[in-house]
Amino acid sequence: MAMEVTQVLLNAQSVDSTVRKHAEESLRQFQEQNLSVFLLSLSGELAGEDKPVDSRKLAGLILKNALDAKEQHRKYELVQRWLALDMGVKTQIKACLLQTLSSPVHDAHSTASQVIAKVAAIELPQKQWPELIGSLLSNIHQVPAHVKQATLETLGYLCEEVSPDVVDQDQVNKILTAVVQGMNANEVNNDVRLAATRALYNALGFSHANFSNDMERDYIMRVVCEATLCPDVKIRQAAFECLVSIASTYYEKLAPYIQEIFNITAKAVREDEEPVALQAIELWSSICDEEIDILEEYGGDFTADSDVPCYYFIKQALPALVPMLLETLLKQEEDQDLDEGAWNLAMAGGTCLGLVARTVGDDIVPLVMPFIEENITKPDWRQREAATYAFGSILEGPSPDKLTSIVNVALNFMLTALTNDPNSHVKDTTAWTLGRIFEFLHGSTVETPIITPANCQQIVTVLLQSMNDAPNVAEKACGALYFLVQGYEDIGSTSPITPFFQEIVKSLLHVTDREDAGESRLRTAAYETLNEVVRCSTDETASMVLQLVPIIMTKLHQTLEAEKLSSDGREKQNELQGLLCGCLQVITQKLGASEPAKYAFMQFADQIMNLFLRVFACRSATVHEEAMLAIGAVAHATGPDFAKYMPELYKYLEMGLQNFEEYQVCAVTVGVVGDICRALDDKVLPYCDGIMTQLLKDLSSNQLHRSVKPPIFSCFGDIALAIGENFEKYLMYAMPMLQSAAELSAHTSGADDEMIEYTNLLRNGILEAYSGIFQGFKNSPKTQLLIPYAPHILQFLDSIYMEKDMDDVVMKTAIGVLGDLADTLGSNAGSLIQQSLSCKDFLNECLSSDDHLIKESAEWAKMAITRAISV
Amino acid sequence: MAPHDLRRPFKRPAISDQQRRRDLSLLRQKQNRLDAQRRARCLASSVLSFQSEPKSPSQEQSHFELELELEIEPDAEEHQGPATTYDVRQASKLRGTEARRWFAKQLMLPEWMIDVPPNLNTDWYVFARPAGKRCFVVSSNGTTVSRLRNGILLHRFPSALPNGARINNVSRSGQSYCILDCIFHEPDQTYYVIDMVCWAGFSLYECTAEFRFFWLNSKLVEVGACDTPSTFHKYRFATVPVYNCDQEGLQTAYIGPVPYVKDGLLFYNKHAHYQTGNTPLALVWKDENCSEYVIDTDSKGQVPNQQQLVLELQDDGRLATSDDPSVIFGWLNEDFIQKTGLHAGNLLRFAVNDGGLSFVDGKLEKADLQYLGQSNRARAFADSYSKVMFQYIVRHSPLKIEHLFASIGPLGDGDIASHDVEMAA
Repeated sequence: MAMEVTQVLLNAQSVDSTVRKHAEESLRQFQEQNLSVFLLSLSGELAGEDKPVDSRKLAGLILKNALDAKEQHRKYELVQRWLALDMGVKTQIKACLLQTLSSPVHDAHSTASQVIAKVAAIELPQKQWPELIGSLLSNIHQVPAHVKQATLETLGYLCEEVSPDVVDQDQVNKILTAVVQGMNANEVNNDVRLAATRALYNALGFSHANFSNDMERDYIMRVVCEATLCPDVKIRQAAFECLVSIASTYYEKLAPYIQEIFNITAKAVREDEEPVALQAIELWSSICDEEIDILEEYGGDFTADSDVPCYYFIKQALPALVPMLLETLLKQEEDQDLDEGAWNLAMAGGTCLGLVARTVGDDIVPLVMPFIEENITKPDWRQREAATYAFGSILEGPSPDKLTSIVNVALNFMLTALTNDPNSHVKDTTAWTLGRIFEFLHGSTVETPIITPANCQQIVTVLLQSMNDAPNVAEKACGALYFLVQGYEDIGSTSPITPFFQEIVKSLLHVTDREDAGESRLRTAAYETLNEVVRCSTDETASMVLQLVPIIMTKLHQTLEAEKLSSDGREKQNELQGLLCGCLQVITQKLGASEPAKYAFMQFADQIMNLFLRVFACRSATVHEEAMLAIGAVAHATGPDFAKYMPELYKYLEMGLQNFEEYQVCAVTVGVVGDICRALDDKVLPYCDGIMTQLLKDLSSNQLHRSVKPPIFSCFGDIALAIGENFEKYLMYAMPMLQSAAELSAHTSGADDEMIEYTNLLRNGILEAYSGIFQGFKNSPKTQLLIPYAPHILQFLDSIYMEKDMDDVVMKTAIGVLGDLADTLGSNAGSLIQQSLSCKDFLNECLSSDDHLIKESAEWAKMAITRAISV
Repeated sequence: MAPHDLRRPFKRPAISDQQRRRDLSLLRQKQNRLDAQRRARCLASSVLSFQSEPKSPSQEQSHFELELELEIEPDAEEHQGPATTYDVRQASKLRGTEARRWFAKQLMLPEWMIDVPPNLNTDWYVFARPAGKRCFVVSSNGTTVSRLRNGILLHRFPSALPNGARINNVSRSGQSYCILDCIFHEPDQTYYVIDMVCWAGFSLYECTAEFRFFWLNSKLVEVGACDTPSTFHKYRFATVPVYNCDQEGLQTAYIGPVPYVKDGLLFYNKHAHYQTGNTPLALVWKDENCSEYVIDTDSKGQVPNQQQLVLELQDDGRLATSDDPSVIFGWLNEDFIQKTGLHAGNLLRFAVNDGGLSFVDGKLEKADLQYLGQSNRARAFADSYSKVMFQYIVRHSPLKIEHLFASIGPLGDGDIASHDVEMAA
């Protein structure tokens, strides 16, 4: 049998596809027939020193895949499957794995270390395999370096896989001691030292206690800093990665080391190889991230003890940090603007400079201006580009007061450079910088306008000209125009853009037709800018927006004419359809929001819907997300007449709701069902059986991304509000589901911020469902059907009130539900509400809320309750 | 150990337009859901029914100018179409006759106090009624409209009421309308708000007077409706001081100074909901000390020698009050109706002859009436029974303020009988 496995594993890697498929099939059968024996033979294969390295490696990989999967539900199944295996079998497998760590064959021990970590991730939380860490640590003192390396790698993977709270502090201490010793300069073997450094990276999350101890922290920091000076470039890079992680995880412990950190990073940025230098810059970017977060969150007011204070490391380092970063800007690569994946010193340095500007604000301006002035007119394109990039980078952060006068001077220069500079990099960065100027210094919130009637025409003209430039430059020009029009979003009824509207639209459409529009995202940028032009348009230009409709429809029609596409061609078609549907959605939403424009728009509704349905039809299994999004906008604009599209649309709605894999599609479809309910009201009834069935299936699925579940509950409310008492037949399915979800979301104790946020989304969805159901049944003879559910709903309101962790949105919806319950159930609810533990406190708290919407809901609820009680 | 990749969006805006499209769609859906919710919460409870000819409101919109004419179609009452139900928002779009007829039925009309209700001191409020034009004030869609009791448009103006003026940057929803029960007081050009029916889209119809007055007093000031007039707030609104109807409250309402001309006292039962039409849970009373107009005057402003009253002619010739159910004062014979060319529904004016009104066990038994002719065309209703009775007793044996004080009693036990016993002892 064992011999056989070796051959099958080798065959599974054969170049001959018949042999390979046959082998894969045998492996699958073997696994299905007897999992225990299958896993045992794989572990035996991995441990067998006499086996070929290729079969050992594949055996290890199959083992690893038998323990973990990306999809949550699959992962859960695998974990349960492993836990259910016979204890003896598992012990044998684990022994093989540990034994393999000592193998001199690198691929074997390296694979084993990953498998061990996967097993540990399952077993340690169950308090199983308690001897694992002890036996790994005993390996550390083994003489062969490769055993030590494999063990350190295993410890690293283990720390990556396992949650810190399942490992005792005592064991954490021992792991850290072993790891840090391995990193020490005394360690002569570089493979061991590298493995240890990478292990520390993963172990940092376990080290909170150790970082609170001055002596231990000093020791760790000293070893890490020393490792950044190691002759081996990989170790230096790994050590800097540790420092980056320490800067984010232990920001508040950095003060004693910041000078040293600056010295070693400055040296690395100026002298070291690029991968190391990039990490050194990243370190400062990370510190900026921390300080930006702290300053944003607390607004500079640190009164509570538990808050992390801002140490202003960036502000202190500014005089040395800024010149260092400015130097990097001159290290551009040729053609970096044409390479989507490029990431180099100049890019990292400019990005960091932008973060520094956001951290310190005005203080950065005087430090950067001399560099810009010195370089912006130099003959070497690198200097001009670096100067421009520096300028663009510091536009977010400093106050408009500080920047406006400078920008007013620079604007003309930039416009000239965008037209006349001979270098494409310079033009690219110039157009980007103009975009940043418009993004941050132009708009209704800015006091002194940068764009005036005097220069508006020139700006538009230059940007439109640049759209004929190289694709990367044209793309940035589109981006600049995007922010230019966005600045006029709240302008009112007359926009300075109106005189140029026709020309802008014409130019953008022209760009989308360019032969080379596929390069540098140019076509996408042009459509996105067109969308923004439409969104920010006023009634003055509504007729021109309307004229766009047949143009975009024609383009969409053309994508449907293409026949027999290659897979690449199909992907391009799909992308283009997405852009065109997106554009139609934006137009529909815009025109649908104003009565006269909507009336004119409706003449196209049939044709548009027909096109969307054809877009759906040209794919077999999935629904086009952008088309679905656009259909929601059409439903909203159309109202009850939308019913005529339902017979054909329905199957695609169902398909969208079934799309677990692309959960965005499912989420969008759920939203569109809501639009349709509001548009059709009770005319949606014939489709509700199917829709409700699918929504209930979605809720029960553990495959569907959890973010879709709250909107599904809200959608119940939309349906109930639309069909009123006809919702009766769904009550017996929907109510228990709401009830159990409510129980799950009532308490959040011990949850992290992310979980609390999700719980609040879920609560809001549940409450919106209740709201819709109560309002839907109001004034119907069937309201008494809801009475049995009222005590539980009131209890749910009680418990989320007691929990004290709901956000404003939930508070608004919750107090509204209290009103809906009273409003619909009337005197039946009166006594229940009076018995409720906290309704009165809850209501009073909401009545005195500063939030306008909460107060409004609460006032309404108060009246509804008053009526219910006084009847 | 993946390298840090998060800085990649180099020279790119932070958010993709696709994400923006999704977000904006979600935002629109959220807003639509909120609107749907608001609609469901507000409107169903403020739906009022209305008899109308089967003409759709949209057709009526073309007759916009009609409402500016102050003339009433004389036979408006004769159209008895199928019942149409409008909510206030829809009704606010009604134009011309329909609007007048709809609004004419929406006010709560106090009965006249012809005897003292029990528990006056515990269950009732009292306040001095401002002299002026009783009207409904509706703010919606950025404008405010006031309509008199008979539905005629009084003013169209911007106000600080929710949704009462077209002020940019105020993003009130379309459902956010208000309905106030007011008296427009000419001398100081002020709307005195005597009751609140809807506020910011929330219906108060089914709330007790106690709650409505509380709401009225807190909300009106909050929005600045009581501020001095400005561009977006053409008329000042004011609340009237409302008292518990105990000795002190009644005294203050009766003789206490107010910034307006008094026209009698209004008594509101604390527990009563806002009920359209005549109601015995709101009462009006007056004497010469608190009103200039105690006894009805004729069209020339003179007090006629004989009491006059207006009754509605019914199908069978009977003459009815505006009460529901109506009280029958007598009938006209067919010959007379044919001769005079009267129709059912006509409002007819009569004088009370020397025979007066006779009662048996507190019920009207006989009325000696003399036909004077059709009533003024601006009238929308016949007189109510209590009005006729109040006018009758004012001319014969008025209900005096002393009686009211007596019913409250110094101890506030509110039993007029025990008070009498005490006096006798």
